Amino acid sequence: MSKEDAARLAFGPVLFNWAPERWRDFYFHIADEAPVDTVYLGEVVCAKRAPFIAPHLPTVIERLQAAGKEVVLSTLALIMDRRDAALVQDVIDAADGLLVEANDISAVALLAGRPHVIGPFVNVYNEGTLQYLQANGAERVCLPVELPGRSIGHLAAGDAEIEVFAFGRLPLAISARCYHARHHGLSKDGCQFVCDRDADGLDLETLDGQSFLALNGVQTLSHSCANLIGELDTMRGQGIRRFRLSPHSGDMAAVARAFRSVLDGDADPVDANEVIQAQVGAMPMSNGYFFGEEGYRLRGLLANAAE
Amino acid sequence: MSRRLELVCPAGTPASLRAAVDAGGDVVYLGFRDETNARNFPGLNFSRKELEEGLDYAHAAGAHVYVAINTFPEAGNLAPWHRAVDDAARLGADALILADIGLASYAAEHHPDTRRHLSVQASASNPRAISFYREAFGISRVVLPRVLTVPEIKRLHDEIDVETEVFVFGGLCVMAEGRCALSSYATGGSPNINGVCSPASHIRYVEHGDQMLSMLGKFAINAFSPGEKAGYPTLCKGRFVAGGRTSYLFEEPTSLNAAELLPDLIDAGVTALKIEGRQRGRAYVAQVVSELRRAVDAAARGDVSEADLSALAEGQARTTGAYRKTWR
Repeated sequence: MSKEDAARLAFGPVLFNWAPERWRDFYFHIADEAPVDTVYLGEVVCAKRAPFIAPHLPTVIERLQAAGKEVVLSTLALIMDRRDAALVQDVIDAADGLLVEANDISAVALLAGRPHVIGPFVNVYNEGTLQYLQANGAERVCLPVELPGRSIGHLAAGDAEIEVFAFGRLPLAISARCYHARHHGLSKDGCQFVCDRDADGLDLETLDGQSFLALNGVQTLSHSCANLIGELDTMRGQGIRRFRLSPHSGDMAAVARAFRSVLDGDADPVDANEVIQAQVGAMPMSNGYFFGEEGYRLRGLLANAAE
Repeated sequence: MSRRLELVCPAGTPASLRAAVDAGGDVVYLGFRDETNARNFPGLNFSRKELEEGLDYAHAAGAHVYVAINTFPEAGNLAPWHRAVDDAARLGADALILADIGLASYAAEHHPDTRRHLSVQASASNPRAISFYREAFGISRVVLPRVLTVPEIKRLHDEIDVETEVFVFGGLCVMAEGRCALSSYATGGSPNINGVCSPASHIRYVEHGDQMLSMLGKFAINAFSPGEKAGYPTLCKGRFVAGGRTSYLFEEPTSLNAAELLPDLIDAGVTALKIEGRQRGRAYVAQVVSELRRAVDAAARGDVSEADLSALAEGQARTTGAYRKTWR
């Protein structure tokens, strides 16, 4: 296998409202310990949180680059008002040679004509859209989380660099309304940043006590933790070289090592998954979307091993 | 001087189309009977022949027909969506309502003379995104996502060169449209891919103690006591438990009614009002359209007259949704 074919691992942006120091220390740890090639940085969910991490951003970028990581700056997923738009513009203006990831069409427009990344919040479902965005300057595309493996394979067959969301709670929806604030009897404007209380999101159960979803401010995530470690081999066969891990409160360096060891052929996916399960606590694993089924389901190697 | 807003009405069947036209709708929007549109429900929507007849009926009455081709084409299987665009254009649809970038590009290239509108499913919620679709694909109108306040819509008009259409009545998405995978997570049925949300095929009711649970796939969405009316279990209108507290955490089982905001929407620069409900019956369509026709005409005269649509909300609460900032 040539170097060109080597599989790359990435950490997606932290989706949660972690305390700024925790956020910074997470990336220091990643810089020192995690075998990932790329790290996406920046606030994707809520513009109100961005000022908190801003002071640490230069140091974190420096540490990650010193550790040989490619740094990509991620931008907001839902842009409604001038504050949101200004934040996206600021990220692009300050990129200073770093790649920027667009998560809304407005960022796609701003990045036209220069190399950039398309994030999983932009709807790329087919080759027509993919080709248009490539012509616009996209050189890498992380696909929407609900795409089945069959579609992923079709898109990977072209010349675009495709990245697949391979680990973490699935970002399922985003809204103008803040559910964290609503849960605490607050409005979005007066939210008191209560989303900072739940490092992996606030668990949402059904009336009959089943775990279902997780709230993260204006974003709704799955309760289950998506995990495509059992499908890496299939996806490598489809020509996919990039896999994205979404940060959670467990030891993400250990999660990255588990994925790396399977990609390098040094570990069996089922064995490596034991390390991963230990890092995510009670979250069940899921990969149903890849199999064209309900997102919460678990199929394939991990499901067989669990039986 | 007030303006008369264009009233864009839903039709899931030819009978509803005729009802909407007869009740004074300016425009009827509809979709083909397949996965190319976002209301892909059993027994609904139009064949090519029905579209042709519907176009004749509407045009004879001076009304227009927009064709929604607003799901995201499947990778490796673009043909059904391309055919839908080709056929709608060939039959003389007054506009195509599109969400996917690739499909908008196809329509602009192959049917430059057919008007193109940007579906709410494209989630274009800011001036730059809207202008992108305008410049890239010649979009003449955007259906705005249900995330903006009226003042935000007004400011938007200062920065775009595109007409806007906003939802005025009917079902209410609380998540940004086109960016919601809740339904596919629970049922495998995706609004973006399959044109369905919380599909009836996955709903069942099971006894749970002295209550009845409405289930979507394996997840309970709500519970009802004996004799209590069970609303349709749309995922985001369900009752859930967080931090030990039970609530309608995303949204109550409510529907949108922005009739009282018509003067504000006129002032904000909106061109058209959209009524949600292609899955609704002919009688519902006739009643909502005629009530809103009256309200729109009154607003155009400068009369403040709230349309009497309370009977149509199925005993549900009504909300002005995201149009008021307090909703957030």
